[in-house]
Amino acid sequence: MSQPSGTCPNCGANIVFRWSSSVQTVCEYCKSILVRTDVDLKKVGQVADLPPSSSPIQIGTEGSYNHKAFTAIGRIVYEYEQGNWNEWHLMMNDGSSGWLSDAQDEYAVSFLAPGRHLPESPNYQVDEPFVWDNVTYAVSTITTAHYRGVEGELPLQYWDKGDVTFVDLRSESGKFATLDYSDETPRLYLGEVVEFESLALKNLRRFEGWS
Amino acid sequence: MVLSAGGPTLPGQPQVRALNCPNCGAALTLRSFNNAVTVVCESCHSILDAKDPNLQILQRFKAATDEDRPLIPLGTRGKIRGTEYEAIGFERRTIHVDGIPYSWHEYVLFNPYKGFRYLTEYNGHWNDVSILKALPEVLPYASPPKVKYLGETYRHFQTANAGTSFVLGEFPWQVRVGEAADVTDYVSPPRVLSSERTGHEVTWSMGEYLSGKDVWKAFGLRGDPPEAVGVYENQPCPVSDDTKNIWVAFGAFLLALVVMMIGFDMAARNEQIFTGYYKYDSNHRGEASFVTDDFEVKGHTSNIEVTTSTDLNNRWIYLNYALINEATGQAFDFGREVSYYHGYDSDGAWTEGSANDRVAVPKVPPGHYYLRVEPEGDPGYGVTYYTVTVKRDVPQYSFYGIALGALLLPAVLLTWRSLSFEHLRWAESDHPPIKLGDNE
Repeated sequence: MSQPSGTCPNCGANIVFRWSSSVQTVCEYCKSILVRTDVDLKKVGQVADLPPSSSPIQIGTEGSYNHKAFTAIGRIVYEYEQGNWNEWHLMMNDGSSGWLSDAQDEYAVSFLAPGRHLPESPNYQVDEPFVWDNVTYAVSTITTAHYRGVEGELPLQYWDKGDVTFVDLRSESGKFATLDYSDETPRLYLGEVVEFESLALKNLRRFEGWS
Repeated sequence: MVLSAGGPTLPGQPQVRALNCPNCGAALTLRSFNNAVTVVCESCHSILDAKDPNLQILQRFKAATDEDRPLIPLGTRGKIRGTEYEAIGFERRTIHVDGIPYSWHEYVLFNPYKGFRYLTEYNGHWNDVSILKALPEVLPYASPPKVKYLGETYRHFQTANAGTSFVLGEFPWQVRVGEAADVTDYVSPPRVLSSERTGHEVTWSMGEYLSGKDVWKAFGLRGDPPEAVGVYENQPCPVSDDTKNIWVAFGAFLLALVVMMIGFDMAARNEQIFTGYYKYDSNHRGEASFVTDDFEVKGHTSNIEVTTSTDLNNRWIYLNYALINEATGQAFDFGREVSYYHGYDSDGAWTEGSANDRVAVPKVPPGHYYLRVEPEGDPGYGVTYYTVTVKRDVPQYSFYGIALGALLLPAVLLTWRSLSFEHLRWAESDHPPIKLGDNE
């Protein structure tokens, strides 16, 4: 299978996509944010220096979830009052895409759940209940965050956002949901809070003084 | 536009950062890499913004009269459930109950892959605390309130507003002295579920009881841990397992006893071998004693039960019995007093004794026997009619009663100890038990 490729319109570097459905990537050399068009790559922005990250995950980290292998191929970095967190874009081995969020080493895997009816404005209360796919979720955290940077390949165009509201929900069965109000239409992600060990991650970063 | 001449830039290996306090210049270490949100200077207690390269001072609090030293020095590593963690932060939190302050300590532990974990300490009682992955199920209408998590039911213990009163080291959240959250604890020893609620967030965590010894061992600390004082909310009762086990053992013995009882009962022949009807006149002078007709005790050596049934009514008689073997002359002597009284007094009707008596003579060999009977009674009583019945190989129940008592006693004592422990536990809760006599 030949992977889609192109040339960075900014620095001329060769750009190879790992995932054929990627919509956006960041040039590894000049950090230009590039969006795929029908014919070529268009530069839409520039990533400033990303904040130092303490996530043990990096682009190229491999793991598995629900017996499906995945590779982390991109990420969005958000900043909020307690610091920042990463949403790692996962390329699953069945061709689908998922997200692994890492907020201060608390991990959750989730997938876009389209077609659900969602409140148009993010006015939520802690403990407010919602039911999706016969699972009852309760609002656990409401976070105002802002986009801080991107890296690698993403399944959607995403750059230069202002303040965004995220509503995190949890269920009694360990299910996890996030409502993302970064676009006009809110997006719902459904997934699960996971233990670090259960993902069997490989190709992790190393930390000085820790084995 | 800066064009990079080299290859793709890769993130470097995160390193422990050494910094200086902008207030007093003391050396600071950021041990959780970039996870730290606030860091507190150990020398001057300035609370600093760990996200700011200049470590902007967020708050300064007076600690001179209120200094608290962590029992686990920050920077110490220890193993909890097989994972290495480093103690990086320390805070004291205080609640007020009836105006009296109660404080406990919390330690922030960090591992760069597994993240954060916490240890709490109150009066020498420790808990290993981690954030819950799922929400507990709140059981509606339960009183006191209850929650269910992973099939286990937890009882509400206490709700209080906990304020942060002292901080040291680094924290993965914005920490300030004076900030407070509503903390609710539900217990199922040795575990406790806690919810911490602020305006826009509710966080559930689970603590599991640890002894000071466990903590000292895990972190390789010197000396002895402080002695645990009192009973803590989720401290496992030291005898609760024993109590459970002893009742299981008791159940097993009871079953064995019942089986034995049924077995012996079924095996016993319970065979009536003699019965005679007699009359005793206490007014009659002369020899009252007599011998019965003889009867045969068959089969193996077994017990003999002699039953005396009388028509006594507010009277007594005394019967001297001798069971005599015709062939050998061997005699089993026994005396029985039979008395039956009844009446009314200020408390109502009363009775004492019984008109019937039963006695067992153990280990009587087979052979031909007769009874010699010598009745006595108060002169003037008049006539008493009575029946003497002899049975052989009769099941006896008194042994089972004694055995049951012997088994029951330790079980009851342990249960009592366990109950008084639970009493002490709940006495500290929002749901104190009704006072049990003077057991406290």
